[in-house]
Amino acid sequence: MAKKQTVSFTLNGTQVDVVVEPRELLIHSLREKLQHTGPHIGCETSHCGACTVDIDGMSVKSCTVLTVQCQDAEVLTIEGFEQGGELHALQEGFTQEHGLQCGYCTPGMITRAYRLLKENPSPSEEEIRYWMAGNLCRCTGYQNIVKAVQYAANKLSSASA
Amino acid sequence: MQDFSYQRPAALTAAIEAFEQAEDGRFLAGGQTLLPVMKHRLATPSDLIDLAGISDLEGISIAGSALSIGAMTTHARVASAAEVHDAIPALAKLAGCIGDPHVRNRGTLGGSIANNDPAADYPAAVAGLNATVYTDRRRIAGDDFFTGFFETALEEGELITRVEFPVAAAACYQKFDDPASGYAVVGVFVSRGSQGVRVAVTGATPCVFRMRDLEAALNRKFTPETVSGFCVPEEECNDDLHATAAYRSHLVGVMATRAVAAITDGEM
Repeated sequence: MAKKQTVSFTLNGTQVDVVVEPRELLIHSLREKLQHTGPHIGCETSHCGACTVDIDGMSVKSCTVLTVQCQDAEVLTIEGFEQGGELHALQEGFTQEHGLQCGYCTPGMITRAYRLLKENPSPSEEEIRYWMAGNLCRCTGYQNIVKAVQYAANKLSSASA
Repeated sequence: MQDFSYQRPAALTAAIEAFEQAEDGRFLAGGQTLLPVMKHRLATPSDLIDLAGISDLEGISIAGSALSIGAMTTHARVASAAEVHDAIPALAKLAGCIGDPHVRNRGTLGGSIANNDPAADYPAAVAGLNATVYTDRRRIAGDDFFTGFFETALEEGELITRVEFPVAAAACYQKFDDPASGYAVVGVFVSRGSQGVRVAVTGATPCVFRMRDLEAALNRKFTPETVSGFCVPEEECNDDLHATAAYRSHLVGVMATRAVAAITDGEM
């Protein structure tokens, strides 16, 4: 068996160390070793986006990244969104606009939408659909997911104005 | 996933040395194909040599009348880079329609062409723009690079360092994508430059290829109507759950017509 390696990275602002075999996927380290069970395992074949996390400012499917590839990275998961008991605008948007039914895809959706709004603070509906294409919702709730992202975009832009 | 050793060298020479020392080494680029393949145990390397630490392999620059893109440059970067939009907008568009945003953030040019998936997008650009593939030991003409179903001219342990795309006067990539994966059911890349017209087709057959008879006809008369009458025989086309061979054969004509029409209309 290949030697285990210690991998250090920043997880939602906190420095963490995790000991892994090289073959361990990031989603498994997050969920099983670091108790961050927000990112979900949907397909584990990089289709569905339920495992979406943000690595060094980019949306990534954590089922298709090895933990050993994350040395010194900055990783953000859904657990990092709420600040001081206050929901992030996206979390609020998904609540207000009924952006979820079963909720399984929601952590990935919100983490992806966060990076989208960083890159494009006021996206059109078409842009939202294009840039959210890596996240699937099997309850087919896309209409309200788009509305939830728009809700957050409006709230964030009025807050910064 | 089968057990393996992992290392992340910081220099090209160290990566090649690591490969030579490995029993059954594989280079890891963005991992968007290799890791899924390893999950299925269709690849079981003893060693993964991650190229992400080698900064020389990443980047985009203009080299004379060509656009040079490092092998480890991600699809997301190619899709958004001003240099690519200015020099070859069709290439930026192609990179922007690979997979989905997450995959484009990790997947790389070098990884894509080294894998040579029959439904991948980049092979169409390499063949359609007469690109040159540079490796650690030589340069390979785009026309000679793709040799068959998941096969390339790369030798054992040979590492792509960058790809040079000559700037064409006009180019367009038209793709009929699979809605679930984003892979090309059929993709046609048409370019028109000083060396004439090139038409490269991906997705339709086991390996990307050029439609040389159509190229010759388009060199004589570059109109969408010229495309009719040229087709890829159904017998040569892929037939799977995504599309029948007959459907793919038909799509080649549709996509080629759209690409030529977009160029003649100036919409690239």
